[in-house]
Amino acid sequence: MCLAVPVKIVSINGDEAETEIAGVRRRVSIALTPEAKVGDYVLLHTGYAIGVIDEAEAEETLKLFEEIASLSEVH
Amino acid sequence: MEFCGGHTHAILRYGIRQLVPKTVEMRSGPGCPVCVTATADLDKAIALAYLPDVIITTFGDMIRVPGSYSSLQQAKAEGADIRIVYSTIDAVGIAKANPGKSVIFIGIGFETTAPTIAASILKAQQDKIENFHVLSLNKLTPPVMKALLDSGEIKLDGIIGPGHVSVIIGPHPYEFIPRDYGVACVISGFEPLDILLCIDKLVEQIEKGEPKVEIAYPRGVKPEGNRKARQLMEKVFEIGEANWRGIGIVPQSGLKVRGKYERFDADKAFSVSLKPPREPEGCRCGDVIRGAAMPPECKLFGKVCTPESPVGPCMVSSEGACAAYYQYGTPENSQGF
Repeated sequence: MCLAVPVKIVSINGDEAETEIAGVRRRVSIALTPEAKVGDYVLLHTGYAIGVIDEAEAEETLKLFEEIASLSEVH
Repeated sequence: MEFCGGHTHAILRYGIRQLVPKTVEMRSGPGCPVCVTATADLDKAIALAYLPDVIITTFGDMIRVPGSYSSLQQAKAEGADIRIVYSTIDAVGIAKANPGKSVIFIGIGFETTAPTIAASILKAQQDKIENFHVLSLNKLTPPVMKALLDSGEIKLDGIIGPGHVSVIIGPHPYEFIPRDYGVACVISGFEPLDILLCIDKLVEQIEKGEPKVEIAYPRGVKPEGNRKARQLMEKVFEIGEANWRGIGIVPQSGLKVRGKYERFDADKAFSVSLKPPREPEGCRCGDVIRGAAMPPECKLFGKVCTPESPVGPCMVSSEGACAAYYQYGTPENSQGF
């Protein structure tokens, strides 16, 4: 129910946005995230963007994940 | 305890219970909206489906949950017009396309979903779609966490905070957990490494004896949450009590449609008479929801109750703990299965 997936905003028209993930496009509402811009990744939940993903934090987490992965290679 | 059903599924799916030391025992909490919907509320949704000129719109999982005397699926088989929707946007669209019918959306979900339902009521108002109604069974997470901690039924050391609820409400509403109960609370994302990172932070807090609320999902959860979503939610809903399966009435844990929007409130627009609710015999969903029992401890689990023929909602919902244990169970976490 609280499932939300990250999708990228391709274009915006009023409070609707065209989004894309892995080649699949879908029109979603950005009524709950008026700050969302083209190029942003948003968390999509039941047709609504509920939050804009913080890119710097996402990269930081990816680095952390890579660190964890490299630890398992050593041992 | 992981509050969120999405976390339960990720934990079972990726074998995280086997990865962590045996000293870390994990329990599922009341974080599956379909599962925590009380039988009496489900019976009301089913009764509404039998009314003439009504179209019920609902998220998919609700349709198969057995009520006391019927289910939405059975009502549909008997001719009721029940449609599964992906979004409230679709439900409003169905109302617009069927002006001669009353379209009722079965509003389940936590703070993640409630703003989208609020947005749909505002959209219906703006577009003058007056045949759209919501049966609001929406619930709030912090009050039920408090109810569980107050009951003292299970001794929790840490809580994996719900990631997408927190996108909306931020971390602050959970601050009473470490402050009043000395229990650690770390908000997690849903990737397997997110969850391991969260468990690591929880263990560190517990070992140091310094419980606090931490965000281990900073790419999604901001300290202030989503103000706009909360504004819409507060505009349309007011806080009241809610009936939780296995827990009962929890004060201040439900969202009711405000009087200003009562024409969209299915509770005000329709009246149905209900027989007293009956719980399925032998089903321990209530215990599973409180974390007081593990799914395989239920005698019906995997025998009488399976995803193909579920007895209780925890086996129906894609987020239910029983469904997760059934789907990804191993001898280690599912005795005899």
